[in-house]
Amino acid sequence: MDQVKTSVPVVPKDYKSKIKPVWCPGCGDFAVLSAITKALAHLQLPRESVALISGIGCSSRIAAYTSVYGFHGVHGRALALAAGLKAARTDLTVLVAGGDGDGLSIGGNHFIHACRRNMNMTYIIMDNEVYGMTKGQASPTTAPDWLDSKLTPHGTGLRPFQPAAMALTAGASFIARGFTGNPNGLAKILVEAIEHRGFSFVQALSPCPTFRPEQMDWKHQVREFEEGPTDDLATASQRIHADDGMSTGVIFKTNYPVFQPGRAEHGDLDAIEREFRL
Amino acid sequence: MDAADNFDISLAVTGSGGAGAITAGELLLSVAGRNGCFGMMRRSFGPQIRGGEAAALLRISSQPVACMNDSFDLLLALDWRNAERFADEITLRPDSIIIADPAAGAVPQPVLDMGGQIIAVPLGDLARDIAAGRPNMVALGLLTRWLGFGPDEAGTLITELFESRDAEIASGSRLAFEQGFAQPLASSARQEASTEQPGAPRNSDLPPLNGERWHFHGNEGCGLGALRGGIRFVAAYPITPASDLLEWLSPRLDQLNGSLLQAEDELASINMVLGASFGGVPAMTATSGPGMALMLEGMGLAVASETPAVVINVMRGGPSTGIPTKSEQTDLNMALHGLHGDAPHMVIAPLDHADCIQATEWAVRLSEALQTLTIVLSDQLLAQSTVLIPKPEYRLPDIPPRCTSGPDPDYERYALTDSGVSPMAIPGTPMSTYVADGLEHTSFAKPSAAAADHAQQLDKRARKIASFEYGDLWADSRGTGDTVILTWGSTTAAAREAVRRLETAGHPVRVIALRLLLPARPERLAEALEGARRVLIVEQSHGRQFEHYLRAYYEIAPETRTLARPGPLPITPGEIVESLTGWE
Repeated sequence: MDQVKTSVPVVPKDYKSKIKPVWCPGCGDFAVLSAITKALAHLQLPRESVALISGIGCSSRIAAYTSVYGFHGVHGRALALAAGLKAARTDLTVLVAGGDGDGLSIGGNHFIHACRRNMNMTYIIMDNEVYGMTKGQASPTTAPDWLDSKLTPHGTGLRPFQPAAMALTAGASFIARGFTGNPNGLAKILVEAIEHRGFSFVQALSPCPTFRPEQMDWKHQVREFEEGPTDDLATASQRIHADDGMSTGVIFKTNYPVFQPGRAEHGDLDAIEREFRL
Repeated sequence: MDAADNFDISLAVTGSGGAGAITAGELLLSVAGRNGCFGMMRRSFGPQIRGGEAAALLRISSQPVACMNDSFDLLLALDWRNAERFADEITLRPDSIIIADPAAGAVPQPVLDMGGQIIAVPLGDLARDIAAGRPNMVALGLLTRWLGFGPDEAGTLITELFESRDAEIASGSRLAFEQGFAQPLASSARQEASTEQPGAPRNSDLPPLNGERWHFHGNEGCGLGALRGGIRFVAAYPITPASDLLEWLSPRLDQLNGSLLQAEDELASINMVLGASFGGVPAMTATSGPGMALMLEGMGLAVASETPAVVINVMRGGPSTGIPTKSEQTDLNMALHGLHGDAPHMVIAPLDHADCIQATEWAVRLSEALQTLTIVLSDQLLAQSTVLIPKPEYRLPDIPPRCTSGPDPDYERYALTDSGVSPMAIPGTPMSTYVADGLEHTSFAKPSAAAADHAQQLDKRARKIASFEYGDLWADSRGTGDTVILTWGSTTAAAREAVRRLETAGHPVRVIALRLLLPARPERLAEALEGARRVLIVEQSHGRQFEHYLRAYYEIAPETRTLARPGPLPITPGEIVESLTGWE
């Protein structure tokens, strides 16, 4: 693409749009927006070179609140849309963001296949263990005994997904967990995730003050992993499963082959048409 | 045989899996082509993945043909294992020839019931003493001679086909072919070809006999049309009968600096298409009924976000898994009405093999120009049959490329223009950043539930499609007379041949085939139907989907009948002729 030289935005607010978020006061998603803009400013990426793709849900509204290119698509399909964009436009920095229901329930198949495909993009799940936009239903990360949903009044009775473990098994080459109570720490993780070559997955613990007010206590439960990232699957798996899901930091980082379709072989349409001749 | 002679032969070669019926059929079609003839071949398979029975259904003619004939002049069975499965598809007449190897057992009753003169040929014995010689090559020799062709072209073709793989198979195949060629049947095709079965009389609207000839199946035709239209990204999930279209495209997209991405499912493939198209690269997917059903949500997003996208649906028998390997025209309802909300889009159907190229290129160009969804409805009959026809020539009307935006600090993605088309900024363009949205939005792409915004954006998306000038490609009209056949898609070829037969018999009939199904063109059809006294609707659907579509959108004619029949058997010219001749 022709890149017209423009003055590069230097401060995080340049990456914000003028649209006012629909989020509730105290929503963790504000901090994710802030962390994304800080990370982009740190990397000095021209706005037109970035695309933020999202699905449906409170958190997926985030695309409209940035000033980069974006696509606010349908529920659960953001990773697929992003894969098509990245396949066609390797030059763009592609970010994908959404909630735990969008990414792990309706979009669960796309999540594991995006990890496996390992295209060069960054995926942020803003995890609040609840469907907020539809007014408080259990998601795949909700605890089995959460009783506050009218849809599952006796709790789900189901073991929650552990997103980091799923990503590891499915083949993600970068796995991290951040917390919206520490936006600078989250921004630092995002910088590393964007700079990573391959599929980088960041689980952002993002409390929902409206439907999960008890999550406002997360700030007392979150801690950093004692050790830095590993490139060993067994070690990473052990750390993820030994943890209560509240430790933050980069967990796993390795170099798997990055998928990019197309081989740019030599040929032209005339040669293809000649194949039709008897 | 001299190609100038007027002849039209239909023959079938059947055998169990691995017997080589399809290989023999493909070679025979090529032999005919190199002898200056035209033709068509359908491949018919049983449900097994490998090892099932297979039939090569051929029509070889001195002039171009676009559909199969009503019955077969000859059936050659390499063996009879499960051959009764093909009894429905291979209609024989009392004067047809059945060539059978006595060693393969008795001719099955369903075949005997159709009549036909049985000629015993020891295909197996003739091949037995030849190293790597096989009965299917004996059959090829026999049929080549029966059709009146010399042995040289076939010998060359056999060598070309096998030599790169295995020299012993190549020489064995040639020897087996020669054995078969040395077996004169009591008669040749020229004398045997029934005169009672009217062929396709030469008609002035047919292309010239000399000149470049093309050899392709409908899936390849759609693939070429897509590439000509500018498609450079495809995302798709394998599904019968669209997989060979995708397999054809994959390496060729590589050659054109494009790419094909195999998706995890159809939900992903349509969204991948939207992502690539949002990125500025013309993109499409191909699927069949069940796959398109999964894509409908994403197709709605194409409409709402005004992202160009093409979906080729190679229709098969439905509903549900239905009959995956056979044809039907029963995804019309879904293509017309399957989207949620008020979602104007285009639906285009190729009318024959040559039109697979033109209609698909047209669909891609329209999709790009109007920044929305276009569905192409092909079907298994077109997709998986091979034709040998004059090189298809066409000229599309001028269609502007995708309208893009340069750097614009006041960029308004969904601006309310007169045409309804607004400039689309491609990522990478400074200042014009925007967020494409499936939520209803303002002209500046800001999410909005306001009544005025919804009405304006609905109007805009409807206007761009309704006000576009589609030109004469909306339909194809042939013939004269006050009796009109109205049809679409792959039944068009059978209808045209029926019209030619009726004309020859002194009954002029018109056939109007709709290529552009959405947006409907009621005024254009009213003009085309000028003087029509009665209309026969022809479609391959038990539920009369096309008839219901016509009644919803058009004024047809006072007197209307419908020939509607489900798959899996293709509608034949004879059935259409019968519907009309019985209508007095």
